[in-house]
Amino acid sequence: MTQTNPIKQQHIQTNKIMWVAKFQAMFRLPRDISPIWLLPAFSMVLCLLVPILTIFKIAFYPEENIWPHLYNTVLGGYISDTLILVVGVGSLTLVIGVLSAWLVTMYNFPGRNIASKLLLLPLAMPSYIIAYCYVEIFDYSNFIQSSIRQLGGFNSAKDYWFFEIRSMGGAIFVLSIVLYPYIYLTSRAAFLQQSVCLLEASRMLGKTTIQSFFKVALPLARPAIFVGLTLALMECLNDVGAVEFFGVNTLTVGIYSTWLERGNLGGGAQIALVLLAFIFILIIVEKLARRGAKYSHTTRQIRPIKRIQLAGKHAIYASIFCLTPIVLGFLLPFIQLLHDSLEFVEVTDYFAFIGYAKNSLILSAIAALLAVIIGLFLSYSERIFNIKLLGWMAKLASVGYAIPGVILGLGIFISLIAFDDIIGPILEWFGYAGASQKMLLSGSIFAIIFAYLVRFLAVSYGAIETGFGKIPLSYDHAAKSLGHHKNSILRKIHLPLIRPALATALILTFIDSMKELPATLILRPFNFDTLATHVYEIASLEIFEEAAIAALFIVLIGLIPVYLLNKMMAVPNWRDGK
Amino acid sequence: MYKTFLKSALGATAMMAIIAPIAVQADGVINVYSYRQAFLMQPLIDQFQKETGITVNTIYAKKGLVEKVKAAKGKDSADLILTVDIARLMGAVNAGLAEEVSSDTLSANIPAEFRDADGKWFGITSRSRVIYASKERVAQDAITYEELSDPKWKGKICIRSGQHNYNLALFASMIAHHGEADAQKWLEGLKANLAHAPKGNDRAQAKSIFNGECDLAIANTYYMGKMQTNEKNPEQKDWAKSIKMLFPNAEDRGSHMNLSGVMVVKDAANKANAVKFVEFLSGDTAQKLYAEVNFEYPVKVGTEASDMVKSWGALKADSLALTEIAKYHKRASELVDIVKFND
Repeated sequence: MTQTNPIKQQHIQTNKIMWVAKFQAMFRLPRDISPIWLLPAFSMVLCLLVPILTIFKIAFYPEENIWPHLYNTVLGGYISDTLILVVGVGSLTLVIGVLSAWLVTMYNFPGRNIASKLLLLPLAMPSYIIAYCYVEIFDYSNFIQSSIRQLGGFNSAKDYWFFEIRSMGGAIFVLSIVLYPYIYLTSRAAFLQQSVCLLEASRMLGKTTIQSFFKVALPLARPAIFVGLTLALMECLNDVGAVEFFGVNTLTVGIYSTWLERGNLGGGAQIALVLLAFIFILIIVEKLARRGAKYSHTTRQIRPIKRIQLAGKHAIYASIFCLTPIVLGFLLPFIQLLHDSLEFVEVTDYFAFIGYAKNSLILSAIAALLAVIIGLFLSYSERIFNIKLLGWMAKLASVGYAIPGVILGLGIFISLIAFDDIIGPILEWFGYAGASQKMLLSGSIFAIIFAYLVRFLAVSYGAIETGFGKIPLSYDHAAKSLGHHKNSILRKIHLPLIRPALATALILTFIDSMKELPATLILRPFNFDTLATHVYEIASLEIFEEAAIAALFIVLIGLIPVYLLNKMMAVPNWRDGK
Repeated sequence: MYKTFLKSALGATAMMAIIAPIAVQADGVINVYSYRQAFLMQPLIDQFQKETGITVNTIYAKKGLVEKVKAAKGKDSADLILTVDIARLMGAVNAGLAEEVSSDTLSANIPAEFRDADGKWFGITSRSRVIYASKERVAQDAITYEELSDPKWKGKICIRSGQHNYNLALFASMIAHHGEADAQKWLEGLKANLAHAPKGNDRAQAKSIFNGECDLAIANTYYMGKMQTNEKNPEQKDWAKSIKMLFPNAEDRGSHMNLSGVMVVKDAANKANAVKFVEFLSGDTAQKLYAEVNFEYPVKVGTEASDMVKSWGALKADSLALTEIAKYHKRASELVDIVKFND
């Protein structure tokens, strides 16, 4: 006869509860949710941190100390080029992104409707493609320069001055014109949700619209704008294609000469970490500058923003300001691509194309879905448990975005090889002969998806975290006092409120994954091509025109999510229960 | 419902992840990592598959393939690595990634100067790095590399990034011939003569001559052929027409040479097939294709360069050992930084 002793059982249970309570008290965790829920969040963030930590490890074993050589020779040049590029791209994207978002949100002017829809279009343009396009457009033999020669009666390039697109200025221009949508997107979302009451109060207190913009709207939108800015800058830092092509010598270029030409991967990784530190410092400075001020709104606006009608000169300026980025960042390069494609319409193997497109779509879709799930998990855990450590770990993992894709790809490959070393023998034990000799995860498309997750965590986590940031904590408290459990708060309150943020994260990671090239190139399995790698392969023949059709495909497929993104943003009052 | 979907999606992903690599490990395959471009390799691979029935799996990339093999720590990654220069090849060999291959066919096909004595690497094609000169503005028909630092060319020379491995190989050969100090002085002189900071690729330099931005450019031989026959972009034919190719140092040591090569990876899972592929690449069919399609110099004794290549003039090759060029590659890269060549 065995009968469990109810007293003993209760005792065990009490003990367990005591232990959990102690744990909760020690880390100041909320008591109404089991700390077990922290496990998935921490394991996710640890997994995503592994490749970055691997790069740290690589950096510990350089072939030799690179810094004396760099310091004595080109380091100054690298740093100044990097700073000029970052400051240039940062300011230009801020001006274009924030102002255009403000104009289309607050004013009516001719072309406003079109502009508000199309300002996101350049997102679909990969920077390596637009760089090629602009070199073509401003090329000696192209329409623009030929016309100048004809009009001026010049014979050769030496007879007249024409600006050189392959220069620092060109790089800043080209990168800014495709990266500003990140800032446009985040700041427009912030402006749409700003409290009209605050703006009206500011105007009633005698401030002009411009003053209200600087004193009220801009500070309130700052966290959102900053998220967009960091995304744009990280993208700009990891960019090698466009930058190298334009002869700009940033630290990223230094990574390659150290690694590839001097056989010093460790040294290259060290430079990569300097880039990483750079972004991390930027994030910390912004945090300090905010001095812990929380920006979640206290009131929720009921009325939509009433746009002010612009007239005359001002209307024209506004139109020009908002339409120019669309023309330069999308229309012009798009036409160039179309023009280049025409010659190759007949010789293109469309059947192969479908395969590449399918690969691109599947990879990007899986990556985007997982990125959103992970981003949601991390932000939500951080919110309900109020654990700063988790947030910082996620931030550290997400600065991987700033590392050049090949280096990150190698970091991922090395991590996955280590993982294969563990599961190989296990599979062998289960009868899968020779498993420990094979590249299991490291040689599969899982590697690419993992790379996208690490690379674009910044995008998904950034978007979702900002989404959560806009929900006042009082909502949580109110729901809790009404007897809601954490889970039902997430389902009934948070999820509907951050749905636009989730969609933004989903679509942005999707587009970014579609465009990703360097990590895909190195991590792809045998005989596997995506649209991006295909473009690269043709373009590396130095016949870019032939790659134009594939490039066009990337852009066109990128347009679908951009369109969806637009539809979402077009509903300004999403949060009011719609 | 939603959960089931998610579970099956995750399950499917995991399955794909496991299955994908198995598919490549079947019998009768070779796994190739290639720094060489797909368009060039694919016709050769198709031909090889037809002849032998061996399936060739490929990954093409410009960076990181050697590191990938290294990081795989002996797991089955690639059986074969194809490179476009000697330095990358030697880098892999020095990292201990190369298998020693002995094959009578290879010894017969490839002259000793184009392969490793231990069979750790093999040259497949060679190319020279020469001077493109404007027909209109450059009178002389002979030139030396040394002359490029002469102030008479001030503002007249165009070149791609000094850190590109084609340039580094040339600079390394200058170190090998003249010693480091003189090579540095030469590099400084060359830098001072550049029309503008290095940028673009070899063909872009040819275009700059056509445009009148510069009179001389440093470029590989085969780009000339590619421009001359470019039906898809006929404009490049005009660039080529404005240029004459000068083989430097024809009077003394000869023009600087580099190669595209191949190595079999240590403990390769499909070693026998890999060796067959290397033998195929050094054979008549492949060598002729390289010569005709890519305008390179075939390494195989008795295989002639294409008529187009011959029309550029006689090549006198620098007999400096390729291993010497690889040896000074790193130093050349450092010198480029020291003279701030790319600024």
